[in-house]
Amino acid sequence: MSASTLYLGAGFALVLTGLSCALLRRNLLRMVLGFSIVDTGVHLIIASVGALTGRTAPIIDDPDMLSHATALTVDAAAVVDPIPQALVLTAIVIGVGVTALMLTYVVRLHDRTETLDVRELRDLKW
Amino acid sequence: MTRTIITIIALLAVAALFWTLVALGTPDELGAVSRHYVERGIIENRGANLVTSVVVNYRGLDTLGEVTVLFLSVTGAAFVLRRRERKPVDRAASKASEIVQTGAGVLVAPIMLFGAYIFLHGHLTPGGGFQGGAVVASGVLLLLLADRERALPHGLMSWLESLSGFAFVVAGLAGLWVAGSFLANRGVLPLGEWNQLLSAGVIPVIYILIGLKVGSELAALLDVMMRGEAVAGAHGSPRSPRHRRSGPSGTGRSRGGRR
Repeated sequence: MSASTLYLGAGFALVLTGLSCALLRRNLLRMVLGFSIVDTGVHLIIASVGALTGRTAPIIDDPDMLSHATALTVDAAAVVDPIPQALVLTAIVIGVGVTALMLTYVVRLHDRTETLDVRELRDLKW
Repeated sequence: MTRTIITIIALLAVAALFWTLVALGTPDELGAVSRHYVERGIIENRGANLVTSVVVNYRGLDTLGEVTVLFLSVTGAAFVLRRRERKPVDRAASKASEIVQTGAGVLVAPIMLFGAYIFLHGHLTPGGGFQGGAVVASGVLLLLLADRERALPHGLMSWLESLSGFAFVVAGLAGLWVAGSFLANRGVLPLGEWNQLLSAGVIPVIYILIGLKVGSELAALLDVMMRGEAVAGAHGSPRSPRHRRSGPSGTGRSRGGRR
């Protein structure tokens, strides 16, 4: 079992924790928190897919990391995959935006109904 | 009880889906696209940080979309909270402690400088425009925590945000004009030497613009969220626990009476 499998498992555990939090809690703030935890777990899963064991970060700031110093070529077997890291960077920013919007709705709902209990918000239920 | 059982079944279904992914394991080698980015990244962009090359250059269009999503969510939050007016703050009650005030005086400038450092060095070290912008916004948060009545320069912030977003698109169009593809790097600005501050063509320029945009956007979001309590009567009638809208309670009485 490699380290990236461990990260994968941990991310998976975070997703399930967050999902159960979002489904079982009645407090809107805790549900938002649950979605935020799911978000974190998904980030960990995406990053772990690209984290190849025994390789270094894809930041080439040392001439020793160049396989050919004048041609500026890099050995593809020396670094981890940069694409999942770039995707996680995007996902974190989107996650911040989504969480901010969810919290805004919670604030507005609390202004109007003075409750955070999801059982009391029955406007769209019949 | 039913709720718990249904939740457990749903979680087990998700777990079963994920289990195939865990059992599949992770790859041992880079894929063809990643291999190209790693092997040719420095030749094509001269940026030491390959993740930045991917985010700003190879997948720069995605980043433009990402910036748009952040902009829309901040605009949406400001729109939803627009009726909440700034309540005259009780000075004595909301005054920050001596420690926060002194700490803000000492720390705000270094925090801003650190944020600027992060987005200026996005093509050389871990970090970049989004991270640097978030650090700048945390400096603004400290400023707001130390003095709740401080008014941020909204005009300046919205100009900064709009202009940096506009300049990002202009940088992309310059690549289209010079090199024939949107956000192309080669030919727009000199690429410079590998691992120097002035290198990587338009990548640092775009990351500085993203840093300014994200910093001003997140600062505006914090400002919107830190406004005072909703003003009673904003919707036409004073609200008290007794006058609370009876719809949400969902009793037959209120339903019959109102609909």
